[in-house]
Amino acid sequence: MPINYYIFLGVILFCIGVTGVLTRRNAIIIFMCIELMLNAVNLLLVAFSKMHHAIAAANQGAATTVGTEGQLFVFFIMVVAAAEVSVGLAIIVMMYRNTHSVDVNFLNRLKH
Amino acid sequence: MSQLVYLVPLFPLVGFLVIGLGRNLWSKTLTGLIGCATVLASFVVSVMIFNEVRTPGFTPVTVKLFDFIHFGTLNINFAFQVDQLSSLFLLIITGVGSLIHIYSTSYMHEEKPHHFARYFCYLNLFVFSMLLLVLGANYVIMFIGWEGVGLCSYLLIGFWFTNGDYNYAARKAFIMNRIGDLAFLIGIFWILAQFGSVNYQDVFSRAQGGVTTSVVTGITLLLFIGATGKSAQIPLYTWLPDAMAGPTPVSALIHAATMVTAGIYMIARSNVLYTLAPATEGVIAVIGLCTAILAASIAIQQNDIKKVLAYSTVSQLGYMFLGLGVGAYTGAVFHVMTHAFFKALLFLGAGSVIHAMGGEQDIRKMGGLRKFMPVTWITFLIGTIAIAGIPPFSGFFSKDEILSHAYAHNPVLYIIGLFGALMTAFYMFRLLAMTFLGQFRGTHEQEHHLHESPAAITIPLIVLAVLAAGAGFLGIPAYMHPDAHILEKFLAPVFAASTDMKPLAETPAGVEWALTGASVVLILICSAWALAKFAKFTGPGKEATGFAKILENKWYVDELYDAVIVRPINGLAGFLNKYVERLGLDGIVNGIGRLVQYSGRQIRLLQSGQAGTYILLMVIGMVVLFIVQLFI
Repeated sequence: MPINYYIFLGVILFCIGVTGVLTRRNAIIIFMCIELMLNAVNLLLVAFSKMHHAIAAANQGAATTVGTEGQLFVFFIMVVAAAEVSVGLAIIVMMYRNTHSVDVNFLNRLKH
Repeated sequence: MSQLVYLVPLFPLVGFLVIGLGRNLWSKTLTGLIGCATVLASFVVSVMIFNEVRTPGFTPVTVKLFDFIHFGTLNINFAFQVDQLSSLFLLIITGVGSLIHIYSTSYMHEEKPHHFARYFCYLNLFVFSMLLLVLGANYVIMFIGWEGVGLCSYLLIGFWFTNGDYNYAARKAFIMNRIGDLAFLIGIFWILAQFGSVNYQDVFSRAQGGVTTSVVTGITLLLFIGATGKSAQIPLYTWLPDAMAGPTPVSALIHAATMVTAGIYMIARSNVLYTLAPATEGVIAVIGLCTAILAASIAIQQNDIKKVLAYSTVSQLGYMFLGLGVGAYTGAVFHVMTHAFFKALLFLGAGSVIHAMGGEQDIRKMGGLRKFMPVTWITFLIGTIAIAGIPPFSGFFSKDEILSHAYAHNPVLYIIGLFGALMTAFYMFRLLAMTFLGQFRGTHEQEHHLHESPAAITIPLIVLAVLAAGAGFLGIPAYMHPDAHILEKFLAPVFAASTDMKPLAETPAGVEWALTGASVVLILICSAWALAKFAKFTGPGKEATGFAKILENKWYVDELYDAVIVRPINGLAGFLNKYVERLGLDGIVNGIGRLVQYSGRQIRLLQSGQAGTYILLMVIGMVVLFIVQLFI
């Protein structure tokens, strides 16, 4: 399958994520959109890595390990993202407890 | 011995450091001891060097201490030159300097210990700088000393710095000296550009080897402008009378005996250059003579004992320049020497009087001090006779030598110079009569306080009086006794190149005798007139009018300078301050500040605290960067 399809999918997912972050006020949905952008990039990483590996295999034989590191990195990113999600959700819970809302526009005290 | 010449300036330098750094530690006695001992040690070394220089067959020695400025083909050494001229000046500086240090231990005794130490530390620094000035083997070392003495002069004039007028006088002295120094510095640069060296020997030999008259005239004129600043000649003389704000021993040492003769030393040292530039010599003679006359006329109407002596110093310096201008280098140096003795004596005597009068300097309020202070009276009398030019005291011989050379050069110079000498006799005897003769005119309290000064003050007076009386016999003119002019023979090697190029004009012995006789008779008449007129002085009479008022106001020269130079410059400064500085520079600086403040206030509104806005801006930024990356 050509790499273009993966790139299109990744870009579309990313743009959906950006649009969601910009337009929605619900903290949970914003959070989900951030995850969407993150995974769009993850997807691209895997796709490029696989392509890289395929080219290397064609040149040097199937036993080569070139291009497999990217696929490994994706797992690390997922783990880190999971940790981040747990922190983020905890923040959202605390936010709800304090304001009885998950609307981010209530939280404008950053400017003080 | 002459290899150890570096010891001479080293002692005062050590004294300066020890006293200056320990000014809060040492007692006054110790400070005074260190101050006097260092200069005395220099004096002892100077005497030994002088003895070596005096031996027949001595050739000038250059002692190189270290490389000072060295790049390209230019090589300026930190070197000292020992020859007849510098060794003579060493003796004058360290000798008179020692006496004045001893005098100061008593005169300044009422100061607080750290001020006392500050005084001696400046005084030692001054002696060091002055020695550097006369010892340097090139113009750069001379310039270092030249600036050093200017600095010390400034520091000591403003010694009592709580008085605003004294600070003003100190600044005036410094600034007027700087004007001269600038010309001197340009002269040095020109010498360097023209001759490729600043060493005296190289410069003089190359100058004799052929250089256009216009160049050497330019150089010598610039050096002479430097000398007019340091040696208080027209037009830069007005700082010296104001410099009397300093302590009296300072006036004696710096503003009479040594520093102000630096200009004469410099010209005598550069005699080869000046002989090559007859135009400059003419300028020097005329300016010297004008200064001598102008200052003498002012001195006649002054009532401050130190101001009279200050104008007298300016006037005597004028005579020295007259001597230099007519090529009588020996005569000028001779007058420097005798003047150092009798003027230091007169200033120290004046200091003794001021001390006894409890700080009073107005001679109208003195009078009759003869019976209260016999030693001061006798020594002051000797100094007065010496400066007036009455034989056989020293001033007669030196002034006579200068005037007779002036006569040989041009009788007009002689007549005007003699007129100045008559005024000198008049104002000095006026000063003497008003101070020491007649009735005491001060307050009852002052009269009660009158006393002879302690030994530390009277001993220097006596030593200087002996020198002032006897030093003239070093220079007995040839028409009185052939081959008796010891000083001329001693200094002959220094001025040999000049006298070879342009022998001094000779005057027949008969004419010399007639001139001397006439001048002595006239001087005696003037002296007697002044004595008779002012011994009867009872109190300030009516307000001076007419010409006397002009003299009392010093020909309004200060006012003239104020109107012509000071006020326009102040006006210009005011204009620059008001418009260029406040509106222009401050406008730019403050404008930038205000712009930043204003834009900050506007941009602050972007910080709304809305996370959405922030993200939107971030995305916009990213897109912009993306576009930039892609298309540009």
